[in-house]
Amino acid sequence: MGIVEAILLTVVTAATPLVLASLGELVSERAGVLNLGVEGMMVMGAVLAFAATQATGSPYVGILAGIACGALFSLLFGFLTLTLVANQVATGLALTILGLGISGQIGEPYVGMSGIKLQPIAIPLLSDIPFIGAVLFKQDLIFYLSIALVFGVNWFLFRSRAGLKIRAIGDNHASAHALGIHVIRTRYLAVMFGGACAGLAGAQLSLVYTPQWVENMSAGRGWIALALVVFASWRPWRLLAGGYLFGAVSISQLHAQALGLGIPSQFLSALPYAATVIVLILISHNRRMTLINTPACLGKPFVPDR
Amino acid sequence: MPAVGSSAGGPLLAVRSLTKLFGSFAACNGIDLEIQPGEIHALLGENGAGKSTLVKMLFGVLAPTSGEIVWKGDSVRIPSPGAARRLGIGMVFQHFSLFEALTVAENIALSLSPGISLSKVAEEASRLSHLYGLPLDPKAHVADLSVGERQRIEIVRALLQNPELIILDEPTSVLTPQEADRLFETLDKLKAEGRSVLYISHRLEEVQRICDRATVLRHGKVTGACDPRKETPASLARMMVGSDVASVSTAGTNTKGDVLLEARHLSVPARTPFAVALKNVCLKVRGGEVLAIAGVAGNGQGELFDALSGEYPAADASAVFIRNKPAGNLGITARRLMGAGFVPEERHGHAAVPSLPLSDNLVLARSQSDRRTFLGGGVLGIIKHAVVRLASRRISETMDVRKSGDDPAAGSLSGGNLQKYIVGRELDRQPAVLIVNQPTWGVDAGAASRIRQALVDLAKSGSAVLVISQDLDEIFEVATEIAVISEGRLSDVYPAHALTRETIGLLMGGMYGKTEGEEVAHAH
Repeated sequence: MGIVEAILLTVVTAATPLVLASLGELVSERAGVLNLGVEGMMVMGAVLAFAATQATGSPYVGILAGIACGALFSLLFGFLTLTLVANQVATGLALTILGLGISGQIGEPYVGMSGIKLQPIAIPLLSDIPFIGAVLFKQDLIFYLSIALVFGVNWFLFRSRAGLKIRAIGDNHASAHALGIHVIRTRYLAVMFGGACAGLAGAQLSLVYTPQWVENMSAGRGWIALALVVFASWRPWRLLAGGYLFGAVSISQLHAQALGLGIPSQFLSALPYAATVIVLILISHNRRMTLINTPACLGKPFVPDR
Repeated sequence: MPAVGSSAGGPLLAVRSLTKLFGSFAACNGIDLEIQPGEIHALLGENGAGKSTLVKMLFGVLAPTSGEIVWKGDSVRIPSPGAARRLGIGMVFQHFSLFEALTVAENIALSLSPGISLSKVAEEASRLSHLYGLPLDPKAHVADLSVGERQRIEIVRALLQNPELIILDEPTSVLTPQEADRLFETLDKLKAEGRSVLYISHRLEEVQRICDRATVLRHGKVTGACDPRKETPASLARMMVGSDVASVSTAGTNTKGDVLLEARHLSVPARTPFAVALKNVCLKVRGGEVLAIAGVAGNGQGELFDALSGEYPAADASAVFIRNKPAGNLGITARRLMGAGFVPEERHGHAAVPSLPLSDNLVLARSQSDRRTFLGGGVLGIIKHAVVRLASRRISETMDVRKSGDDPAAGSLSGGNLQKYIVGRELDRQPAVLIVNQPTWGVDAGAASRIRQALVDLAKSGSAVLVISQDLDEIFEVATEIAVISEGRLSDVYPAHALTRETIGLLMGGMYGKTEGEEVAHAH
């Protein structure tokens, strides 16, 4: 395996959790719910996935545990912000802090334990293609899921009726309600999808990226995922591209150090956020772009007047 | 069976003692209403009379507190808009319930039953839009469309349900006269097909022109049911307002004083591609005068207001004089301190912050001009709530502002009442110069008459008043002098009695050929 292949493999591994977590957040935000708790849901998914894998010996049970945990944790957010109409920003921040705390508590006994790595599945024939085969077709289940989900979410949001309803709710929840669309119910489902994706992203961290449990192992990826959604202007394809770009940038810190390049790592870790700011400026410069891409009801609470 | 009920000649829809309470406030109080198959039925009433609340109950958006809705002879409960559509009721909202980020076809698809593919929706939508003369491009994003086009989407969306009753809430309030004519043709087609229309409006001439029956609401109660064609505008207005609308009294002579507001060769380049450049605008308003500026929308009225009020100051200080002092390059606050008052066109978001209470809106507008009265604590600027509340109450009483509670959020007031408050807020200062843009836009007859009277009275007390308006009735009611704005140029100023509607119509388009002028004269 050449050096380029090795680097690309690390890029894929670094990008997958970003793509997954931000894809979930994209759906949630398309429905108009801003969940800043991605980091917390991710780290909860990571610790539960690790614990379930240790208990059963199967990383696949761990994946399921991570997904279920993320979804359940986001349900708490949904109850507070959708049913009790608490402020989404404050609740999301609280969810992150809560998740980091609880996960540390749960993960205490697992610190220093060696984990079980999710094994790659080689796809017959395709994995024999030189260069690309090793990078794209000799990967683990979570990677394949992440790519399938980008396809799936893009089709769902822009081709299916349910996806249309989600976009409608995010654009104008009062009108959606007037049309008889169940705003709160749909938002619950979108938030839980976001939680499940964040949990899966967490499972990837503790089962693939570094198969062990370390406190705070999400290490700010939840925030990068949030930035990525804006960077992608709420479009799944741009999100996939952006996820790999951000993944490459974040992994390049390590490679830059290993290769002895004189680029400060702080500069590289700040790059994703700088890129997001630039995209935001570009989007908001064009009123039409903003109107058509940004969910207009993002972060606004909905209370039906009956 | 419902079908038997309607074939036996009963009403399509009957409403019996329908009531909706918001707290202790009865928005609708024991409403009775009957709509026959194949009729255009008008629901008349001032802003805040309860029309919108009533139709929201009929369409399942609001749940009635008590009362009965009978559809084709059967008592029904309408828990959701979906249920209303299944019964055969379609609705076109006043404030469009459209999704700006979505395409026309997507917007239409959302209100249809599941299982219809998007491409089919697009096909059916363009078929219907041609059939009823409502051209639409299914692939366009709503964000890019005009108000009239957006309304067409709403109508086509309602028609796709094949409804037997279509409710239109103030449909012409956002349309040009030509677009309105086209809408009336569509309504006639619907009626010819045997569908019923519930037409909500406060425009009497429209109702008389197209409606077969009318039910009139006032303060949440039915005050009359009639054939509008057999009534006079005055008798309909009486049912709506409860008494004859006070005509504006201009009795007494205005004593002309000094020139208090003057624009000297005011030129402002267009700020955006859609804006109109002001070209060499000259005007003088003396104390005691009401100068009305007529014109078709979009000929520079907004830009003129911005330049005169200082919202976008001119580069040259000597372009605008307030009480003989150059003010062209000063901002709004500085001009207010010189004794001027301003009422911009948009009530929500421009003249008032909808989510804040009236008293806070009062402080926001007058914190500098009435600093000593409203603010204490020196540089700290602490709001004296008791004083502000008192002033707010005084304004409400003077202008007869009807509201729920002592100090409600500005956005909770009906359009007419909020406008009365906003105008009253400036009048309360007794400004030497008052500049108002579209003072009675979208306001009911009673409130409009109150506002116009206040403007006339202010001029009589010696102030200079400048009114920008598209409403020729209004202009002839209040103006002592009239000028016309067209493509950013202002005509000479004429005494009001020297002009007729026809001459104003010609001035509106005079520079650009006769047809435009005729069209304008026809519109009023």
